[in-house]
Amino acid sequence: MKKASVLMILGPLFLLGLFIFPLWNIMLGAPQYPEPLGMNIFINGIKGVQEFDIKNIDGLNHYIGMKTIPKAEEMWEFRTFPLVIGGMVFLGLVIGILGFFGKVGYKWFIGWFVLMSILGVLGMCDFNAWLIDYGTNLDPKAIMKLTNPDGSPLSYKPPLFGYQKMLNFDVTSLPSTGAWMMFVGMMMTLAAFFMGWKQHRTQKLPTVLVKWKMHKK
Amino acid sequence: MKKYNYLMYALMGLSLIMIGCNPQGKSNASSGALSSNAAERVYVAPGQLDEFYAFVSGGFSGQLSVYGLPSGRLFKVIPVFSQDAEKAWGYNEETKPMLNTSHGFIPWDDAHHPDISQTNGELDGRYVFINGNNTPRIAKIDLSVFETTEIIEIPNSAGNHSSSMVTENSEYVVAGTRFSVPIPQQDISIKDYKGNFKGTLTFISIDPEDGGMDIKFQLLMPGFDYDITHPGRGKSHGWFFFTTYNTEEANSLLEVNASQNDKDFIAAVNWKKIEEYVNKGGGTKMPANYAHNVYDDDTHTATSTMKKEVLMVDPSEVPGAVFFLPTPKSPHGCDVDPSGEYIVGSGKLSADLTVHSFTKMLAAIEGKKFDGEAYGIPILKFEDVLAGTVSQPGLGPLHTEFDGAGNAYTTFFISSEVVKWKLGTWEVVDRQPCYYSVGHLMIPGGNSRKPHGKYLMAMNKITKDRYLPTGPEVTQSAQLYDISGEKMELLLDFPTIGEPHYAAGIPAEIIMKNSKKIYKLSENKHPYAVLSDTDARVERKGNEVHVHMSMVRSHFNPDNIEGIKVGDKVYFHVTNMEQDYDVPHGFAVIGAQTSEILIMPGQTETLLWEPKQVGVWPFYCTDFCSALHQEMQGYVRVSPATSNVPLSFSLGD
Repeated sequence: MKKASVLMILGPLFLLGLFIFPLWNIMLGAPQYPEPLGMNIFINGIKGVQEFDIKNIDGLNHYIGMKTIPKAEEMWEFRTFPLVIGGMVFLGLVIGILGFFGKVGYKWFIGWFVLMSILGVLGMCDFNAWLIDYGTNLDPKAIMKLTNPDGSPLSYKPPLFGYQKMLNFDVTSLPSTGAWMMFVGMMMTLAAFFMGWKQHRTQKLPTVLVKWKMHKK
Repeated sequence: MKKYNYLMYALMGLSLIMIGCNPQGKSNASSGALSSNAAERVYVAPGQLDEFYAFVSGGFSGQLSVYGLPSGRLFKVIPVFSQDAEKAWGYNEETKPMLNTSHGFIPWDDAHHPDISQTNGELDGRYVFINGNNTPRIAKIDLSVFETTEIIEIPNSAGNHSSSMVTENSEYVVAGTRFSVPIPQQDISIKDYKGNFKGTLTFISIDPEDGGMDIKFQLLMPGFDYDITHPGRGKSHGWFFFTTYNTEEANSLLEVNASQNDKDFIAAVNWKKIEEYVNKGGGTKMPANYAHNVYDDDTHTATSTMKKEVLMVDPSEVPGAVFFLPTPKSPHGCDVDPSGEYIVGSGKLSADLTVHSFTKMLAAIEGKKFDGEAYGIPILKFEDVLAGTVSQPGLGPLHTEFDGAGNAYTTFFISSEVVKWKLGTWEVVDRQPCYYSVGHLMIPGGNSRKPHGKYLMAMNKITKDRYLPTGPEVTQSAQLYDISGEKMELLLDFPTIGEPHYAAGIPAEIIMKNSKKIYKLSENKHPYAVLSDTDARVERKGNEVHVHMSMVRSHFNPDNIEGIKVGDKVYFHVTNMEQDYDVPHGFAVIGAQTSEILIMPGQTETLLWEPKQVGVWPFYCTDFCSALHQEMQGYVRVSPATSNVPLSFSLGD
């Protein structure tokens, strides 16, 4: 249980990467932008990959009536997400430390993992909802109004995950370093659970069977 | 057996065909580019980049053009000494001071010899310097922005031709006068030339931090013509060499009267020694009047300051600092090899090339083996300093460059060719024709310790039938040779801007990584800059109206202005608010007697408009900036001088 607890302590610490590295990255390349424009989405705001990318994306988007990319203070998510992540790191650490001293069992580990997964899925849903709003809630006085073949207004929603061709732009949206660190950290807590579970099962096996197993080796 | 006979006949037939095809016995090499893969070697495929930058002087265009090598593609013409309406150089309020001189605003010059700054004898790609020949000036072009950022006038000079070469740590850029003049200038008879006219060699220090130029001292030399110059390097670092002609000191019909002496001189100047002398308080402060013009990248504005004094050094007062090396027949080019040992003097009326030895020169000075003196300057004995002679290499030698592999390449104006010869053995290795009458030549880095000896670019004065005719005036040209092999190979001809008097080449990778993409708006310190839309406004001060205008894809702010009157001086201070690469905007207004202004992202420029007619007059963006470029326009209402239409401005109402 000690080894599993160490993993359970380390795993949540990986989530701290989200305070340093972007969660998500969206790149926009076009013939006129051989060096693509890009935005890095952090848990506390959106930044350009290059210094003036946000300004330039907004500049281009004004033609099709998209809202400007929100500043940190314009979305509650950018205030809430850091608190949620910080809270989850703290909770994970507490569970891991208590586990180390045998105060809580391995089931707490999976509990943390499941809670984090639920929060993660909720976060993704929220992110997707913002992307839909960003890509479809357009200024009615937009300079250019483009429609699908069926006459409905064209959506400029960037893909949540993967690649999409959007007018003259090639848009790629992928998890970034922060998300990958979160993934690794969460996998570590899952591993901590399995280790705890396995150890627990081994301890419960009858002594004879353990001896027999050792003999086989 | 019969079979073999057939084979014999077949072979004989084949050899006849081959002879028939090549009646003059010409080798394939001489049939030109088709037989080699020259086209492939200069072809830079779409989207690919050239290996070298070539900065080619524009001569009488007054500008500096930027080409790629090996393709010969033109990238930019950098305005230097001549007004350029395209870029508003010398037309907008910000750059007018750049062309200020002691003679007033001078909108043209004859740009000659570009040279790139160096560190430890190697090109560092920070700046390129170029001289204005007519109204003596030296300009500095900042290679992070490819713009002229400083011009300093050279006092006591006339025909600033023996310029603008840089020492191996960019300590100095040097400017020698071609024409000697009375110093200080005075109203005397031209016939009093001899003894009364003097030539100056000017040493301009370069600030190691910001590249700022300042005249450290001028050397007051005899009244010869100082033609071309090069610094020593390596072992001869600390010395500078100048060719001279008209040591006869003739003042008329120079083509005859200045060609009488069997030998003129190369002046060897130990500038380190003079620098020491000057630093100890040596030299005489002399009243002068010359302009120093500096462009500031933060204010996007140039200022011109008149300087009133210059430090003059009489060489006879600094013993051991200046010597004359006799060199046959009006030498033109003065070139120093990468090791610094050989100084090549191209006596343009001589049949031979003269090469002096720096080591021998030092020994002769040490041994005080003098052959008299001229105006107090010791003349060394020709035989004592001579390293060797390239015998009868061609007619009319002008300039020499080096490949760093022990070879020298000299251009011959009269025989119209470039000749490759070996340093040390002085034997001619190869010669290739130029089309026609080549002047200068350039090997990238050829004026440094480390030449990049892959290409040679010859610059021709005459082209005649080489291109489609364009009336009586036809282009000058450059020709590119591959010099990586034993024999030179002509790869490409391409036309040039103006007359290319010299060029400086450099591997692209040294410069391109430092090339600026935009000016940051947050660093814009222009007094009339519009940094946010709320700053946009129009203000009247008497009959001056200042329009603080911004531009961004795809509108001006403001775009409707009323209350302007006939007789007003309207200053449009226009800021390009873009912070995106390659999104300039232009601004032009009907009836402007200046030019357009072309404004880079983050930059502010000012156009002066003096409306003469009542009416409503449009202005528009001149650079196709975006899909809605055609919508980027506005109106100014101009009322009679007596009108009381209030000043107002708006955007989108």
